[in-house]
Amino acid sequence: MTVALETINLVKRFSGIIASNNVSLQIAKGARHALIGPNGAGKTTLINLLTGVQRPTSGRILLDGEDISARSTHERVRLGIVRTFQINQLFNDLTPLETIGLAVSERRGQGLDWWRIVGSRPDLVTEVVEILERFHLTDVIDKRTAVLPYGKQRLLEIAVAIACRPRVLLLDEPAAGVPEDERHEILAAVAALPSDVTVLLIEHDMDIVFSFADRISVLVNGALFVEGSPEEVARDPRVKAVYLGEELADA
Amino acid sequence: MLPPPIAIRVATEWLSARARWQPLEIVFWLGAFAAIYLLPESHLILTEIAWLGLFALSLDLILGYAGIISLGHAAFFGLGAYTAALLAKHEIINEPVMALLVSGLVAMALGFVTSFLVLRGSDLTRLMVTLGVALLLRELANRLGWLTGGADGLQGVTIKPVLGMFRFDMFGHTGYAYCLTVLFILFLIARRLVNSPFGLSLMSVKGNPLRSSAIGISVDARLIAIYTVAAGYAGIAGALLAQTTSFASLEVFSFDRSADLLLVLIIGGAGYLYGGLIGAIIFKFMQDYLSVLTPQYWPFWIGLVLVVIVLVGRERITSWTTPVRRIASHLNWRALAHRIAASSSERH
Repeated sequence: MTVALETINLVKRFSGIIASNNVSLQIAKGARHALIGPNGAGKTTLINLLTGVQRPTSGRILLDGEDISARSTHERVRLGIVRTFQINQLFNDLTPLETIGLAVSERRGQGLDWWRIVGSRPDLVTEVVEILERFHLTDVIDKRTAVLPYGKQRLLEIAVAIACRPRVLLLDEPAAGVPEDERHEILAAVAALPSDVTVLLIEHDMDIVFSFADRISVLVNGALFVEGSPEEVARDPRVKAVYLGEELADA
Repeated sequence: MLPPPIAIRVATEWLSARARWQPLEIVFWLGAFAAIYLLPESHLILTEIAWLGLFALSLDLILGYAGIISLGHAAFFGLGAYTAALLAKHEIINEPVMALLVSGLVAMALGFVTSFLVLRGSDLTRLMVTLGVALLLRELANRLGWLTGGADGLQGVTIKPVLGMFRFDMFGHTGYAYCLTVLFILFLIARRLVNSPFGLSLMSVKGNPLRSSAIGISVDARLIAIYTVAAGYAGIAGALLAQTTSFASLEVFSFDRSADLLLVLIIGGAGYLYGGLIGAIIFKFMQDYLSVLTPQYWPFWIGLVLVVIVLVGRERITSWTTPVRRIASHLNWRALAHRIAASSSERH
């Protein structure tokens, strides 16, 4: 197994609370890896640590064997770790065309071009249109992002990440809040992600997890609890207990 | 599978739409240059409008495009003004255009150094930090009396002819043509800049810094870059003031100047480059007209205008002119030609 992304004894403490407790996670190249766990298990913290939004208290993060623990957020994106957000983080005043154009030009290192008019590189525009078509955004290409239907915004959220050409893509609840009739479009887009992209999916919806993932890690109280194939995790009585416990607590 | 060429052509057109020249823009600049010949008796006030417009354009670059609010932009304006005045007084650089460039570079240097102070924090922090920097510079200029003339200002400055050919005169004829030309050139550069991938990235940083860094943009580096450029613009505006009046005083650093500037930009609307220029025209003519009517109370009327703008614009006071601009942007030649053609075919 070639490992794309690896964490070694990752610990994150917030004044007394341990949000990540000695997490050592290995994600295989090209994997469809899901990360699940009850609320407050530390999934978001782990994403923040992987993307550099937060710095670990101790431990290391390796991308293709290279230590990236000290890299800033935007450097990690350049190296190939790209994320989507559970709550849309888009540019409300820009159009999907401009949003994807921006991501592609940044990826190509042309983001500092200040003498060139936007849209004056034909090969860049071709790539942008190609991405927009792939994510069924061509009909809203020139609308302000703020006025797009929620489902389209979710698609754009994934499209922007893909425009960065990730090696490892972190999908944070891609279908969260999407109405039922638009849901299949998002799931189809997720299923159609290029197979050479390693995907780490953070998800609450077990239907999505089990239809998508070839490997599942369960996080509880900041620590890695169980890891295995979907069948193994589904059978594991400890996992059942954790989720059942949560349901009982909710009730 | 490649997308069809037509889709690419349409996308290219839409992407470059912001950069396309609108008819109203061309009318604006033709009018400004026509004033050189048509309004010779107004050249003094037009000169003031030109450098104030440039100063406001500078603020628009950071506020309208990058979302950095400042109450101390006079720091760069003042530094540019003193640099230009000192260069001329001590005959270090005699040619005004060269002196202007050097003043801009000096202001840029200060902009670069102080940009690190505005990277973090809320709007309030930025207001206080920028205000503080301007106060510091004012006090510095006051203390260094041997260099700056202290509270009396820097007197005995003689400005040589522009390019060795055009002598400054007391009616502002040369001054206006000179300031307008500088404004126009710097405007063209700014226009290019905001419509480039770099300009787009500034808007993204303003709109959502979290997502910007998530697509690989170094937010800090972009803010430093635009703050430095804007400081250079402000410095050149200050240098224009010093050169056209042959004078620099502590007032160039004053809080009033920074506050008025914010007002000018808000009157015209931020984030489309013309706001500062239009704001400068309205502000100066209002000041001129109202101060004749009520010499002491003209700020009352400015205050009233500000309150009205805030009421109309609500949360979006910097872009309260957006609806007007949207209408204006629909006035394009092709549509106009279409309508004329349609109406003439109806008549036949």
